[in-house]
Amino acid sequence: MIEVKNITKTYGSGDTAFQALKGISFDIADGEFIAIMGPSGSGKSTLMHILGCLDTPTSGTYKLDGKDVSKMDDEELADIRKSKIGFVFQAFNLLPRTTVLRNVMLPLIYAGVGEAEREERAARSLTAAGMTETHFLHKSNELSGGQIQRVAIARALVNDPSLILADEPTGNLDTKTGEIVLGTFQKLNEEHGRTIVLITHEPDVAEHAQRIIHIRDGEILSDKKHVQRKARQHIQ
Amino acid sequence: MKYFPTKSTCSVKRANTFNNMTINDTIQETYVALSANKVRSSLTILGIVIGISSVIALVSIGQGATKSIQASIQSIGSNLLVITPGAQRSPGGFGASGGRGNAKTLTLDDATAIATVANVSAVASEVAGRYQVTAQGTNTNTTVTGVSEDYPTIRNVQVADGRFVNDSDSNSLTKVAVLGPTTAGDLVAAGTEPVGQTIRINGIQFKIIGVTVAKGGSGFTNADDAIYIPLKAAQRFLSGNNYLTTIDVQAASADVTTQVLNDATQLLLDRHHISDPTAADFSILNQADILASASTITTTLTYLLGAIAGISLLVGGIGIMNMMLTTVTERTREIGLRKAIGAKRADISRQFLIEAIALTVIGGVLGILLGSAISFGVNATGLVSTSVSLSSIALAFGVSAGIGIIFGWYPARRAASLNPIEALRYE
Repeated sequence: MIEVKNITKTYGSGDTAFQALKGISFDIADGEFIAIMGPSGSGKSTLMHILGCLDTPTSGTYKLDGKDVSKMDDEELADIRKSKIGFVFQAFNLLPRTTVLRNVMLPLIYAGVGEAEREERAARSLTAAGMTETHFLHKSNELSGGQIQRVAIARALVNDPSLILADEPTGNLDTKTGEIVLGTFQKLNEEHGRTIVLITHEPDVAEHAQRIIHIRDGEILSDKKHVQRKARQHIQ
Repeated sequence: MKYFPTKSTCSVKRANTFNNMTINDTIQETYVALSANKVRSSLTILGIVIGISSVIALVSIGQGATKSIQASIQSIGSNLLVITPGAQRSPGGFGASGGRGNAKTLTLDDATAIATVANVSAVASEVAGRYQVTAQGTNTNTTVTGVSEDYPTIRNVQVADGRFVNDSDSNSLTKVAVLGPTTAGDLVAAGTEPVGQTIRINGIQFKIIGVTVAKGGSGFTNADDAIYIPLKAAQRFLSGNNYLTTIDVQAASADVTTQVLNDATQLLLDRHHISDPTAADFSILNQADILASASTITTTLTYLLGAIAGISLLVGGIGIMNMMLTTVTERTREIGLRKAIGAKRADISRQFLIEAIALTVIGGVLGILLGSAISFGVNATGLVSTSVSLSSIALAFGVSAGIGIIFGWYPARRAASLNPIEALRYE
């Protein structure tokens, strides 16, 4: 489903050129829950941007659902993001002063989905991400950190994407709330068969995935399956 | 709001992806964005309100002034040519000039002859001079004009009380007078009937037979401060000669004034045996020319006022741009987020452009209301009668929307061209 072949990314040119990725290759199958782990400066953010179609590699190919997206222009990439990728970020995930429901509907608005269908799908996503109906019309600034991330997960889900990309989704949360969010990802992976790529620098967090790719200095250090650690507190 | 799932279909129905945001979405997003910082939005709108309202108010005042000046010029009479004597010249072109307007060159025969020119509908003769006028216990100094019967028709003079002087008064040298309302107020005690009383002009006794209707000022003179007496009485008792100071000629219509002007000029040149038109001993003033030059002046003034107001509109527009640039910077991460979830450049650019246009259109509507109110207030003071024209409202509205587009374009483009990765990282 996802094929990454010999991807490199170089910033700058000449003497000041910096190679953030030095030839990375891996495949991700449908329904996998993968963690990409590495310290800061390892190139994992650059890899995340390429996987999320926010950026293109300098060389190598990236195939998403059999489609080579590594040579696309900005507008084509925006279309791919709109239909195939759901993002969950570390911070600033939701539009301020906007209701939960509307935040979740936003990708559908850009995708041109009709109003009635939007609400229905957003509500379904929110329920799947463990939000209760009572919160649907709350403003995003009235929510707790854990709730914000769950709404962000619901938004990532709403477009029925091929891939959910979570960039340090627990970075701003305490351990307990972080567990709840990770539990939400696990539930989506197990019960709904969602493909999830989690980017983190914390081994604790990475262990919640089924497979961990270690990155250091722009190269893959290891890529192995391991026994998934269940989140301590599943969402109710 | 129906947000609970009612059916479990998951068919992705994609509407037109080119213009995928509904008007409703756009209004909601714009409202949320502008209400985020109400004070800032209000102040920015205020800038536009001041600009638009000053354009509307000043242009309406300018147009009102133009209209009232034109009306007062027209109140002198319509399609009017005014013939006045030129400078007296000795034969051969030597000797001292008597000065323009003082020459004794126009006679009643000239006036009679001009009446025969084609398309002349009326001719009135005047002999005017300033004299000391006395009545019981009071006195004044005013213009006393000897006039012929046609004078009221040509110069829009109407009688409020009594009657006007006529040609039989003139031929019989009757000493009667018609007073302007101001003069009547000066000479006759309030509450007493002016008609029937007597006044002394230059020591000669005249009987008041009428008072005219108030005309209001006509630029430089007060038309209501005047005394009219029969033409021949003025020549006999006051000026002491047979010359005229003015001949008023009314053309049949506005189209023929030029022809009447040319024919009358030629006629008088012939009658006065002058071959060189530049040496004419009279001058003819065309009311249309006065009107045209006055209109040019007032129109220029209106443009000037509009331009000054336009500058404040420009400043308001820069305020919009300033606010939008600040907003784009503040909302960099929001833009990054929107781009990450699939917003295209056009989506972002449209969002910010519509915010800018919303500001200017709200400001434009309020400005039109305020400007109309100011114009109405000025009208109520009675100084200038103003009216807000539909065209100036349409113009103001178009200009405000245009300012939104022009000054919102750059910030919108800047927002749209942000790199999503950089934007998401922005602190």
